[in-house]
This record gives sequence, C-alpha cells and structure tokens, in this order.
Amino acid sequence: MKAAILHFPGINRERDMIIAVRQSFGAEPQIVWHKETELPAVDLVILPGGFSFGDYLRCGAMAAQSPIMQAVKRHAERGGYVLGVCNGFQILTEAGLLPGALLRNAGLRFLSMDTLLRVERNDTVFTKGWAKGATFRAPMAHGDGNYTADVATLDRLEGENLVAFRYADGNRNGSARDIAGIFSSNLRVLGLMPHPENLVDPLLGGTDGKPLFDALAAA
Amino acid sequence: MTQVNADLAKSFGLNAEEWGKVLEIMGREPTFTELGIFSVMWSEHCSYKSSRVWLKELPTKAPWVIHGPGENAGVIDIGEGLAAVFKMESHNHPSFIEPYQGAATGVGGILRDVFTMGARPIANLNALRFGDPKLPVTKRVVDGVVRGIGGYGNCVGVPTVGGEVNFHPAYNGNPLVNAMTVGIARTDKIFLSAAAGVGNPVVYVGSKTGRDGIHGATMASTEFDASSEEKRPTVQVGDPFTEKLLIEACLELMQTDAIVAIQDMGAAGLTSSSVEMAGKGGVGIELVLDDVPQRETGMSAYEMMLSESQERMLLVLKPERSEMARAIIEKWDLDYAIIGHITDSGRIVVKHKGAIEADIPLAPLSDAAPLYRRPTAETPKPAKLGPVEGSTPLDQALLKLIACPDLCSRRWIYDQYDSTVGGQTVKRPAQADAAIVRLEGTNRALAITTDVTPRYVVADPEEGGKQAVAETWRNITATGALPLAITDNMNFGNPEKPEIMGQFASAIKGMAAACEALDYPVVSGNVSLYNETEGRPILPTPAIGGVGVINDVSKAVGYAIAPGQELVLVGQTHGELGCSLYLREILGREDGAPPPVDLDAERRNGDFVRAQILAGHVAACHDIADGGLLIAVAEMALAGDTGVELAAAGDAAFWFGEDQARYVVAVRDAAALLKAAAAAGIPAQRIGHTVNSDKLTLPNGVAISLAQLRDAHEGFFPRWFA
Repeated sequence: MKAAILHFPGINRERDMIIAVRQSFGAEPQIVWHKETELPAVDLVILPGGFSFGDYLRCGAMAAQSPIMQAVKRHAERGGYVLGVCNGFQILTEAGLLPGALLRNAGLRFLSMDTLLRVERNDTVFTKGWAKGATFRAPMAHGDGNYTADVATLDRLEGENLVAFRYADGNRNGSARDIAGIFSSNLRVLGLMPHPENLVDPLLGGTDGKPLFDALAAA
Repeated sequence: MTQVNADLAKSFGLNAEEWGKVLEIMGREPTFTELGIFSVMWSEHCSYKSSRVWLKELPTKAPWVIHGPGENAGVIDIGEGLAAVFKMESHNHPSFIEPYQGAATGVGGILRDVFTMGARPIANLNALRFGDPKLPVTKRVVDGVVRGIGGYGNCVGVPTVGGEVNFHPAYNGNPLVNAMTVGIARTDKIFLSAAAGVGNPVVYVGSKTGRDGIHGATMASTEFDASSEEKRPTVQVGDPFTEKLLIEACLELMQTDAIVAIQDMGAAGLTSSSVEMAGKGGVGIELVLDDVPQRETGMSAYEMMLSESQERMLLVLKPERSEMARAIIEKWDLDYAIIGHITDSGRIVVKHKGAIEADIPLAPLSDAAPLYRRPTAETPKPAKLGPVEGSTPLDQALLKLIACPDLCSRRWIYDQYDSTVGGQTVKRPAQADAAIVRLEGTNRALAITTDVTPRYVVADPEEGGKQAVAETWRNITATGALPLAITDNMNFGNPEKPEIMGQFASAIKGMAAACEALDYPVVSGNVSLYNETEGRPILPTPAIGGVGVINDVSKAVGYAIAPGQELVLVGQTHGELGCSLYLREILGREDGAPPPVDLDAERRNGDFVRAQILAGHVAACHDIADGGLLIAVAEMALAGDTGVELAAAGDAAFWFGEDQARYVVAVRDAAALLKAAAAAGIPAQRIGHTVNSDKLTLPNGVAISLAQLRDAHEGFFPRWFA
C-alpha cells in the first residue's frame, strides 16, 4: 500500500505519523499540503493529529473545508482507504466521512496518558494485525475526544459492527458507549482518538501501535 | 500633547539620574516615543541593570559551549553535528494577574527564543511556585497556569516532558512561572541576531501588532500592590496556532540562504528587537511604522514601538531573496512586511506618517544603560539544627510526607500536558529523574530537568545556589546521561533592598562554585526581580534548567524497580534534617541549616553512578532529594509497582534526612556494586531488596501496602480540584 499524509496548518503529529509509516511501509509517505486539490496516486490517505487552524472553531471544522478535502471525499467514494487520528478523526467527522462528533472531554480538561483499547473486529485491513477482543496500549492526548452521536446512529454503528475500538480501562473522556474509534460503512475509513503512531518503538515504551501500520503496509 | 519631562520619565520607571542621562545622550528633550524606548530598554527586565555585575561571576565556557549568554538562547554541541539550544524564562508577573494567558505566553515567548536560532523545539519544561494551597486564590492560579501551559504547549505540538512544582506562603501574591524550551539545530546552521548589510530590508513576520502588552517590561520591573489587578490590560494574549505557523515558516525559511539576522519580538517588542539587532551588528536601522501590519486603527508610534503583541519576528534579509522569503511566509498565511532597512548611521530612526518620531544613537542607548552595584547585606549563616524530638512512627511519617503538597504525585498536572507529541519521548514525567528525549534519527538523547529548593536558598543563599545546580546535575546523572550545561532563571525580590541583593549575590556565588566543580557552565538565563507583594518578598528562587546527553539512549534508566533487585544507597548519610520537609511537615519547624553540598563528593559519587549505569549494572536509579531516602525508595516502589523489604537500621534522620550527593540504585548484584564503590572510595551500603509483592516493609517489620501508599501519594491534587 502507498500512503500520503495530509498537512493542514496547525497539525503537529505529522512527524510522528511519518516515522510510524516509514518504519512499517519501508517507504516515505508523500506529504500533501492542504491547499492542493488533487491527491497523488496512493491507496491510503492519513489525516494526522494536532490542532488544525488552532481548533479555534469546532475541532476539525476549518480543515474539513480545506481544498484537499474534496479530493479526499472522491478518494473515499472510490473505495480508497482513509485513516484519521485524533484531530484527523475530528476532521473526518466534520467532513461527513464518518458519523458523529467529538465534544469537549467530559471533565473539561486535556487528557494525556496511555489508555487501553479493545479491538472490536479484526476482519478489516486496519485491524487484522490484532486478535478480535485483544487489547493494546495507546497514548491519548486530546481536549475534545468525547465521541457522541444520536441514539439511532450509535445503534446503527453497533448493529453494523462499525465500532473499531473501545476504551478498555475506563472511559476518561465521556465517549458514548466507550467508543474510541469507528469505521465507515464500507470499512475503508477509520477514525480514532488515541495515537497508535506513538507506540511503534520499544525504546519509547512499546510497539503496541505497530500492528496497525504493519497490517496497512501488507495490504 | 503630553509634556515630556522628569515627572513623566518617573512614571515610565526612569529615576532622576537616568532621566539626566537621557537628556545628555539626546542633547535635547526626547519625544514621547523616544522616552518610551529609553524606559523599556533601561527597565530592569531588559537591561539587567541590578544583576549584570553579579551574572558576570558565573562560568559560561566549556569546549562544548557554542554560544553562551548574550544570544537569544544558549547553544551547546551535543555530537553528530547537532546542537542543543535552550533557555528558561520567567513570566511571573503576568501569571498572577491573568494566570492562563500569563503562563501561555510565557511558553510562547521561550519557544520563540529557541526557534529564532534555527532550532526545532523538541521539549518544554517548567518550574512553578505557588502560594499556600489552603487559599482559594492559589487554586485559581494553579488551575489557570496549568491550563495555560497545556493550552499553548499542546497546540504548538512541543511535548511538555518535565518540571517541578512547590508551594509556600511566600508565593501567595507572587507565583513563579518559569518556562524552559530545548531545541535542536545543526551546529553549522545557527542563526544570530546581529544585523548587517547597509540597505538590507528589515522584515516583519507573524501576527499583526495591537495595543496589547504595552509597557509589559516595565510592569515586570516593579513590585505588586493592590492596584496590580488594574494592570490586566498589560498582559498579552497568546495564539499558539500562529506560533506553530511561525515555527514552521521560520524553519522552512532557514533552509534557504535568505536570512542575515533574526530575532523574536519579546519583551518591549519592536523596540528591543530592532535596537538589539542593530546594536549587536554595529549598524543603524530605520523603521517606517506605516508599514507595520496593524490589528487596530489609529495606533501611535509609541504604541507600536512598545506593543508586546505575541508571535512576531523581526528579520534582516538579503534583498535579492526577499520575494522568495515572502512566498514562504505567505504560504503559512502569516503577515510579511518590509518595515525598514539597515543603515550605517549607528542610530535608530523611527518614521510614522511622514514625521520622525524617534532618532536615537544606538551605542549610548546600550553602553550608557544604567548599571548598579546595589548594596548587599549577607544572610546570616543559620545555626546547625540540633537533635530533634520526634516520636512519629516511620510508617506514619512516610504516609504523611508522601501525601504533602510538595511531595505528592504531580500526575494531575502532567496528565494535562501532551508529553508524547513528536514521537521521541523516551522517559515521560515521573518515570526518571530527568526527562529523556531522543534526537530523531539517532541513538542519542537529551536528559533534561528543572530544579531548585527555595527553602534552602532562603536559609543559606550560597549553599542553596550550589544545591540547585548540583541537584539538576544529579537528576541528569541518575538517568545515565552526562550533564553538559544549564540555563538559570533567577527569581528574587526587590533588588533595592540590601538583604535581597545579598541573597542574589550569594546564590550566584554558590551556583558559580557548583558550575565550576561539575564542568557545567551557564549558557543562558533570565532574571526576574521585584517579586514582592505589599513589600513581602518571595523565597529566593534561582531555578536551574539542566541539559545532558546520553550517546546510547538504550542505556538510559528510570527509577521504576522490578522484583529480584537489590537496593544500594550510594553516598554519605549524616542525617541532615535542617530545612528538611520532615522537619516542616512532621515537626512543624522550618529552621536549621540546609544540607551542605560537598561538590567533590557530588562529582565523585555522580561519576561513579553514571559509569555503573552505562556499564549496564544498574536497573533503576533515583537521586535522593526532598523528603530523603525513604521517600526515594517509596517512589521507586510505586513507579515499578513492586514491593520492597528494607533492612538497614536507622533513625528518622537516616530515612528522612536530605543529605546531598546520594542515589538509590537497584542492581542484580549488590556485592559487585559495593566492591566497585569501595575500590573507588565511594560510600555505599545495601539497604534492602525488591520483592514480588504489594508491600513496602520497613526495617522494623511494619508493612505498608503499595495501595495505601499510592492513595496517599496520588490524593492531593484530585481532591483539591474535585
């Protein structure tokens, strides 16, 4: 698989994502500036974390209007893969590529610590590196990670088995039904709040996040 | 038009003698704008007029020092063609008036000092002092400062990896917020601020200029009183998103050959950046303020020259590269404006609306800046503490101490700071005595820490100054890294009081001795004076930020222990309880002399411990500081979630004394370590071993469950903010 990483002004985990992708893919991801209107020929588009446009409006709302997002929507409609982490997840919900929204954390404070995620299904390109029901550690670092959607949407996500990950060691940010990450209906778009890209090196505390990138690289 | 005279000068913070000098330099009465420029350039904050004579005493040189004090930040060689660029700076006064923005802009300001030199910021730290936690105002300030540091640092995407927090009533009306940034640059790509090249364009980059923060530098040079709340408009507002754009834009521009000189607009904004750049380069500068990007209408020359609007940089560019530079800056949606040019006049000339608003010779503005050797009164040496009465059982004392505000877990704080962004944080907060951040693409890492023990400094400024430097050196050593250099942030009271100036002079003397003995020079720093409210000074607080390097990061250790290890105490224990937390928290006393710092022992013991770590003999290491040996052991047990059985005999002074130059090391083979220590002439003794249990068992057989210990340790902040 070939990957591109989108660069919106104010994102700040693009370097972390480059490191994780480079390590598993054995190749440099392409970096695409948000004002571009076309994507390069890639299979996977990654929206990394950070504070696009300072998150001064709703998180991700400004970036969702960036020129490149039209191309991302076309890519998704063609069945292309899209991964959004943290701010990237927020952008995907604001762009309508994933349902629901991310609200301020329930405690109204930024949360930075490791959390445990449970893998809800492992028959997807993103999650096939884990066993179903397995748990893995991932750092989280967000002020707005409180996943919400109306009851019908939540029921649909559960009914169609589109919940990717749930918090397994306590729901610190107040997310509905402990949801940490969700898939699109065609399982080609994944958004999640915690940062698998920050645990891909034993020296930095572990490789819990590596199966995501290894699986994508092999797909 | 306001009359410019001695009275106005006084209200701007210039005394009669300084006003006389202004008249002498100008040969006429200055304009309003000129007076504004003199008053900020000669403020304590910008001129260091009370501290300069003492700062000269600090050692600043070593073979690895590339740029010492005098640049925007210090620069040291860390190998592989890389340099660490770092500095710590205070934002105390604004943080009391408006805690969130005060702290946030403190982080923003220190970041700019570092990336202006061509370095990508890789770590933020801080050193915070707050008043009595029982006061509601303290809670409000703590909350605002922590949110402000997180709000800014998290957004710009620089990990906040370490820091320290103390509480004391002396900071009730005057908290301290000291922020440190460390960045990485190539040693052959360091950018300096000295302007050059007559005719070269002077370029303004970043946010637009508003009326915020006018005279902030002057505010930071006076004491607080009841009217300080009225100064809220002088506090600037931070915009971390623009800062992030500014970082990326500047670093991108620095990849080209466009930049001749660059400096951030910090305290005293456009005035200090233009005066310093032209002054350092020995050239002149002409500014046309009509071209300055402005956020508000109708701003006067005075307001533009003194505005402290944030997220702004001043550059001198090669003229033939200015359009390319514009394209890079505008790609990042930042303002770019040519607002003047370099001249050979040796003067700063400021034009606005066709009139000359200021025309000042640069050399006397800096050379004739006031310099005071203020009277000093030495703090009398405190009497050594005699024997103390104490009947509190060891386990009770431990549980009380580890729960107190100065020793309890800081998790509630660091959980609000993004410590992992950047993907290089090897040791996060509360994992090791210093934060460890790897240099991307190498096996090398920096070990970074901040420290000072103000209660020692107030009792004995010289020993306290020594101790602050030595403790940061020890923090870095305890990870296996080699300490290389420090930045200092000198927070003191009113320098016009001899006893305060005496504290300052003595602290410098102690710091200088420690820097000398430990080959650990000062490469940057900041002085914050007038930290007093209603005449009551803070504890003298020379906060030290230390930086070290470890060539193979896989050898770095933290302080989490695991089953199957033996615990060895390295260093001599006399049982120094003077000024200790045991004395204060258990016996309700704050007297006695602080633990003496034996710099030879410090060096010897530290070099020994580091060598043992790098040889792979040490599984975990913790330096012994606040609270003494038993606190260190308890923290190791909690970090590793591993039980301990202690065997050494000792009284309260043994377990809670704060003797310096000591470490607890966890090893597989205590006998081997003791043998090596004996051979090196280092005092060492086995004090116990780890066990696969959930208990800390004291030598008297009393066991404390780790759960109980953890509850005590973790309880304070969550309860306070529940």
